[in-house]
Amino acid sequence: MPTDVENWKSEAYGREVRDRLFEFAEEGYDSIPDDERDAWFERFKWWGLYHQRNGQEGYFMMRIGTPNGVLEPGQLRTIGEIADEYARGPGTNPIFGDAYADFTTRQSIQLHWIELSDVPAIFEKLAANGLSTQQACGDSWRNIVGNPVAGKDGQEVVEAWPVIRDLNQTFKGNDDHANLPRKWKVSVTGSADGSGQGDINDLAFEPAYKSIDGDGEGDESEDAVGFNVRVGGGLARNEPRLARDIDVWVPPEQVSDVAGGLSALFRDYGDREDRYNARVKFLVDEWGADKVRETLQEEYVDFELEPAGRDVREEYTYNAGEGERNDLIGVHDQNDGRNFVGLNVLVGRMGADDVLNLADLAEEYGSGEVRLSQRQNVIVTDVPDDALDDFRDEPLLDHYSPDPSPFMRGSVACTGTEFCSLSIVETKNRQVRFARWLKVNVDLPADVDEFHIHLSGCTASCAQPQIADVSLRGMKTRKDGDPVEALDVGLGGGLGENPQFARWVTQRVPVDEVPGAIANLIDSFAAERDEGESFRAFVARHDDDELDAFVEPEETDYEDPMMHNTKRTWYPYAENDTMEDAPPTPADD
Amino acid sequence: MTTRLRVLDDGAWISVNDSREVRVSELWRLDAPDLCECALTDLVVENFQSVGVDGSTVKARVYGQCIACGATGTTGWVPIGRVRGGEFAELDRSAVRRVRR
Repeated sequence: MPTDVENWKSEAYGREVRDRLFEFAEEGYDSIPDDERDAWFERFKWWGLYHQRNGQEGYFMMRIGTPNGVLEPGQLRTIGEIADEYARGPGTNPIFGDAYADFTTRQSIQLHWIELSDVPAIFEKLAANGLSTQQACGDSWRNIVGNPVAGKDGQEVVEAWPVIRDLNQTFKGNDDHANLPRKWKVSVTGSADGSGQGDINDLAFEPAYKSIDGDGEGDESEDAVGFNVRVGGGLARNEPRLARDIDVWVPPEQVSDVAGGLSALFRDYGDREDRYNARVKFLVDEWGADKVRETLQEEYVDFELEPAGRDVREEYTYNAGEGERNDLIGVHDQNDGRNFVGLNVLVGRMGADDVLNLADLAEEYGSGEVRLSQRQNVIVTDVPDDALDDFRDEPLLDHYSPDPSPFMRGSVACTGTEFCSLSIVETKNRQVRFARWLKVNVDLPADVDEFHIHLSGCTASCAQPQIADVSLRGMKTRKDGDPVEALDVGLGGGLGENPQFARWVTQRVPVDEVPGAIANLIDSFAAERDEGESFRAFVARHDDDELDAFVEPEETDYEDPMMHNTKRTWYPYAENDTMEDAPPTPADD
Repeated sequence: MTTRLRVLDDGAWISVNDSREVRVSELWRLDAPDLCECALTDLVVENFQSVGVDGSTVKARVYGQCIACGATGTTGWVPIGRVRGGEFAELDRSAVRRVRR
C-alpha cells in the first residue's frame, strides 16, 4: 500500500505546488486547513521549505540549493540580505545571535525562522539574483555536489562545472523526474582529489580515462577523459553504503543521458511502499550492480554503454585522513594563476553581518564569487597573488580563518534539536563548545594538522559522521539515574582511495564527558602511534575493544549547559523554554 | 469516530488527528524480551516505523536502542497512548510498556 507521503504526492507535487504555496502565503498561515497541513508541509519541501519542529509553529527552514556550492558574484550578498531581513524569529541563539545562514554538507544554504507570508518576496529576490530553493528538499533531484572549485582547480582532470550546470538545468523542474520514491543525491567530480565525495551519494560521476579506438586504420587509440559511474551510496539510518561501481564509463556529453536513465530507473523500480527502504542504495543491495547496469542498458539508454575506465582514485586526498588537501581550507593555486582561499566556518554557521562583510571582501579581493564546500566551509575564489596578504589581514579572517586550529577546521555539525524533529541532541552549539575546549586543552602530535570530528544528532547522518576521524552521533543515557543527552563515538572513518566507515567503538557517553574522552583518545594516539602514523591508520590497526579503552570518558572542566532533553523545549536556548512558553504562530503582515 | 494516525517527518513523530503527539528521542521502559535480555529494556526511541490501533489504544513499532545493554532493533507493537472521546492522551513516560507481536 502506498504511504501517506506517496498519496499526498500523487494529488499534487512539484512545480504545481508553488501557486498554492503563494496563495497560502497571501491568505496567511492559518488558511492552511488543519487536516491538510502535513500534506502541504510535505509538498512544500519540494520548494525548499521545511516546517520547523514542534513548539516553532508557523516557522520554516528554507534551503537554497546552490549547484556545486557556486555562488556567483553578488549572490552571497543576496543571501546575507535575506538572512538579515527574514531569518529572525522569537528565539535567539546564544552563540550566533538572531540572523544567520548555515552552509550545509551538501553545499547548500539553510535559513531558519522563515515566515510563510515572506516566502513570495524571498523567492522573488532569489530569482532576481539567479538563486532558487526549488528541489532543495523533497523526493527528487537534490542539490548537485562536487569539487566546489570546479573550473578553477589546478587539479581538475575533466571539466565538471559545465556538466553540473547542464544536469541542473535538465533535471530541475523536469516533470519526468520531479516525483521520485525518495531523495536523489548526485555528485559530479572532475578533480583528482575526491572532493565531490561521490562514494556517499546515490549517483556519482568520478573522473576516469578511457582508451578509445582510433579510426580503424591501424591500432591507434587515444585516452579520452570522462566519468566512471557509481550508484547507491549513502549514510542514513544505520545503513551506510558506499556507492557501487556499475562498470560504466561515460563521456561528458552523455552524462545527462546516463543520469536521467538512472533517475528514471529509480523512479520506476524504487520502493514507494516503505520510505525506509526507498533509497536507491537498497535497490542496489537487492539487485546487485550487474542488474542495475543491465536494466539501464536495456530500458533507459539508446546507446551502448562503455565499460568503466581507468579511474584516479589512488590520488584522492579529500577527507582521506592524511596527505595534502584533506579539505580545501587555506590558499591554493587556481588554474589561471590566481588563488582560491578556503575559510573555516565553524559548524557552517555564519551571522548575517558576517555574510555581508564577506561578500564585500570577496568583491574587494576577488571576483565577488564564493563557493561552498561539503565540509561546511566557504571559499573565496579569484584572489590575485598581490592581494593575498591584505586579504589575510582582514579582521573577519581572524574568525573565519584560512589557517585554523585543527579542531576548528575539522568540526562539522548538523542542525540538531534547535530546529530539527529527528535529532536526539543539541549539536551546533555543542560542537562549537567542544572545538573551543579542545583547542585550548588538547595538543595533537606536531605533524598532525587535521583532525575531523563530525557531530550528527541522529542516524539520518546529515553531518556525515561515518566519514570522520571521530564520529559523534546523538543518543541518550542515564547519568546518576537521570536521562541525559549522550553521544556514541565512532573512530577511523574517511574517504580517499579506499573509503572506510567509522567503527562505533564506544556507546552512550554523557555529553559532558565527551571532550575528556577525545582528549584521552588523542593522548593514547600520541603515545602509541608509529612514527608518522595517521590517526586513521592508527585506528585501523587496533580492534574495537582496544579502541574503546582509548576512549576514556571523563568529566573535565568542560561544562555542558544542554544535558537535559532539549527536545522537550520549544527552543533550547530560551529563558522560558517549556512547550507551554512556545510563541504563537507569527502574525501575518 | 475515525482517528487519523500517521508517522510523520521521516519517522520523527506520531501524529494523531493531525496533531504531532509522540516524539522520538524519549527513553521508554519496555518489557521486550525479544529485543534484549535486560529485565526491562531502557529504550531510546530513534525512529517510528509504523503506527496502528487496538481498540482505543494507539500503538507503534519503533526502532531504537537499549541504553542498558546496547541492543538495537525494531520492537513489536508498543502502546503509546489512548484515544477517548476523540482526544489523545499519551501514556505516561515512566510507564512500563508491554510489547506485543
